[in-house]
Amino acid sequence: MNIATAPQPFSANDYKSDYKPVWCPGCGDYSVLLAFTKAMAQLQRPPEEIAVISGIGCSSRIPAYTNCYGFHGVHGRALPVGTGLKVARPELTVIVAGGDGDGFSIGGNHFLHACRRNIDITYIVMDNRVYGMTKGQPSPTTEPDWDSALAPGGTGLRPFHPLVIALASGANFVARGFSGDPNGCADLIVQAVRHPGFSFVEILSPCVTFRPDQREWGKMVHAAPVNPTDDAARAARRIMTDDGFNTGVLYAGNRAPFRPQTAPAAGLDAIEAEFAL
Amino acid sequence: MNRDNAAIQSLSFAIVGSGGAGVMTAGQMLLDAAARAGLCGLMSRSSGPQIRGGEAAALLRLASTQVESHGDRFDVLLAVDWQNAHRFASEIPIDARSFVVGDPAEGAVPEAFSAAGARIVPVPLKAIAKKVPGGRPNMVALGALGALAGIGAETLARAIEATLQKGGEALKSSLAAMQAGMAAVAEAGVSLPRLAAGQAAGRWTITGNEATGLGAVRGGVRFVAAYPITPATEILEWLSSALPRVGGTLVQAEDELASINMAIGASYGGVPSLTATSGPGLSLMTEALGLAVAAEIPLVVVDVMRGGPSTGIPTKSEQADLNIALYGLHGDAPHVVVAPNSIADCLPATQWAVHLAETLQVPALVLPDQSMGQSRIVLERPASLPLAGARLVAEPETANYRRYALTPSGISPMARPGTRGTAYTADGLEHSERGIPSSQAGDHLAQLDKRARKLDHADYSRYWAEIEGEGDVAVVTWGSCTAPVREALARARAEGVKARLVSLRLLAPAQPERLAAALAGVRRILVVEQTHSGQFHRYLRAAFDLPCETRVFHRAGPLPMRPGEIHSKIVKELAA
Repeated sequence: MNIATAPQPFSANDYKSDYKPVWCPGCGDYSVLLAFTKAMAQLQRPPEEIAVISGIGCSSRIPAYTNCYGFHGVHGRALPVGTGLKVARPELTVIVAGGDGDGFSIGGNHFLHACRRNIDITYIVMDNRVYGMTKGQPSPTTEPDWDSALAPGGTGLRPFHPLVIALASGANFVARGFSGDPNGCADLIVQAVRHPGFSFVEILSPCVTFRPDQREWGKMVHAAPVNPTDDAARAARRIMTDDGFNTGVLYAGNRAPFRPQTAPAAGLDAIEAEFAL
Repeated sequence: MNRDNAAIQSLSFAIVGSGGAGVMTAGQMLLDAAARAGLCGLMSRSSGPQIRGGEAAALLRLASTQVESHGDRFDVLLAVDWQNAHRFASEIPIDARSFVVGDPAEGAVPEAFSAAGARIVPVPLKAIAKKVPGGRPNMVALGALGALAGIGAETLARAIEATLQKGGEALKSSLAAMQAGMAAVAEAGVSLPRLAAGQAAGRWTITGNEATGLGAVRGGVRFVAAYPITPATEILEWLSSALPRVGGTLVQAEDELASINMAIGASYGGVPSLTATSGPGLSLMTEALGLAVAAEIPLVVVDVMRGGPSTGIPTKSEQADLNIALYGLHGDAPHVVVAPNSIADCLPATQWAVHLAETLQVPALVLPDQSMGQSRIVLERPASLPLAGARLVAEPETANYRRYALTPSGISPMARPGTRGTAYTADGLEHSERGIPSSQAGDHLAQLDKRARKLDHADYSRYWAEIEGEGDVAVVTWGSCTAPVREALARARAEGVKARLVSLRLLAPAQPERLAAALAGVRRILVVEQTHSGQFHRYLRAAFDLPCETRVFHRAGPLPMRPGEIHSKIVKELAA
């Protein structure tokens, strides 16, 4: 058999549903959806063996736009849902996806602990530095001087740095992509899924409606000038000192993924016998 | 002996001391020895808020038959020391017929106890212990109490051996100290009536929290997410070691928001799932409970109730989470609320909750309380129940699969991720039959109807309530009030009162027709509950038809409901 020409059963289109997204024209999330379907086609995982889990927000609408199993839960709790699913059904490929408000504000604690727990799932955050679904409020990654009705003149707060937080919390794979480069994002997602443990992919995904300034991001992003490292301290230093538009795999660690407690199988009778006098 | 009580012949013992004095160990060994001697019994724990070093009390009631709650008084109060023991005065009622066993070296009996006029029995616990190399006063106390309970030295020794399995010097000195304690009581010349013993063989000892865990496992739960909280932690700890042995998994979560959402994720994956918590944790979980209602995810959440609101009284009991369990969810969110009516019932009630959650694809809350969860009882091996609720699963390659299809029963097949041809997105947003988000009035009404229909059509007939006795008056109650109500009714019946007992196991969905049938011919009821505001009574008024005159006895925790106080209400409100 000629491996090079062996037919690939799944194309990117097989991972896409026929539902029309609610996203605004020009939203970066369309490209993330495209990148996701391309990545799954590269992985050739049957769609039914993939579960896409999300919380609430514009980007959190993504599960229903795929042909995979999906779960659209409550605001901020996508990672716990994905964690429970992966532990209960380890044979599934679990992708958790959402936005910066969902993941870093209301879901911030889960982000820390998902990194730390290092379960073999992939977390894609479409970061547009704004709450879009509620029509333009500052998120944890918003610049301090960004003016809005809720924070006139800006929040004055230093933005949250998700990649460094992920590293410090124990994520095993950290990457940054830009939605304007769906092929590059697809490649990052493929690597993230293949890498054992908790993989975090931040995708800069412009909100053209509330952050038209983000249309400039295409000119600002650039590929990381260095190879990925497995040294978390070095990766953290690079990320802390870069301009925030450095894309690529920034860290790939070797930490063993979470393994639940196991015990020799015993019948229920044996367990119940422990209550007998 | 509790002579007031027509139903239960029992002896009650309280052991108090400062933290580290070993009163819980002594209490546990006494219950174990009593069980080995063929007695039944109950041991509950009370302690101050300190983790180590605070005051502690082991409260035991030994009886010939299964007991589920404490009586009105204690026959014996034994103090290893009196440090802060006065704080237990309201929890340990004694009277002129009681014995107070104390070490004279620890000072006089505090006024809070001596005022009862009980007979003081000085036993120099410390001095006796000192004569035994490595001897400890709590083991002397065990011997003293064992002698008073009429338990033989050999049986007490077996209970000690079962705890100190390593043997060695600790075992030797404990046995010697226990025997010295027995001798001291013989010397003091005090004794109590003997309880008739039964057959120990085949009996179990189990706590309410362990029974809850076992009920979950028997019901098929194989995933648990855990965040520690008093007084529910023991459920999670027991499941942590039990689940892996039956192929299940427990994950410790970062908070209660995570634990319930993890359980939802696992259940979405097809694995029956549970989490356990107490009031503050349940407050955090209510948003996700609504998600499980809307997305139709089977889920069991156990709330071991403690005193509230807020942090409240973590180590003590109350039934005041009823309102949040019934009404805590926003929107119209039909769900199941089940309450065990005894410590033993924690097992079948939880198993039933799993069954209902799985068959109806809803969240089911289980509401035991601290007095049940953290008490240990002796009982016959619990029977197996025919409750293995399986969820309705979608077939692979179902044509035009609609996850939320509008079926006559309201229950629609739930696809298991990994199954070809039935991929769908579960959604907390209102949705169409296919699961696509929809804000249309028609979809909203159809899905609201569907979710209500599931619960309306379910068969609750066998387990919805315990109904006992005959008569034209009745006590209506629930949860841990049931056992003292049952005991109070037994006394009233012995005095000629003809009364029924209705204890609701299914709190939601409300079953007004069933309750009305259970109360047919009743002219007056007494509602009994342990809340300050009368939550259960208000719920009965709101959701049930009470076809008769209604009286209420409700009071706050944390003091346990006593049969005597309920009996006097029955006499006052029902017998007239």
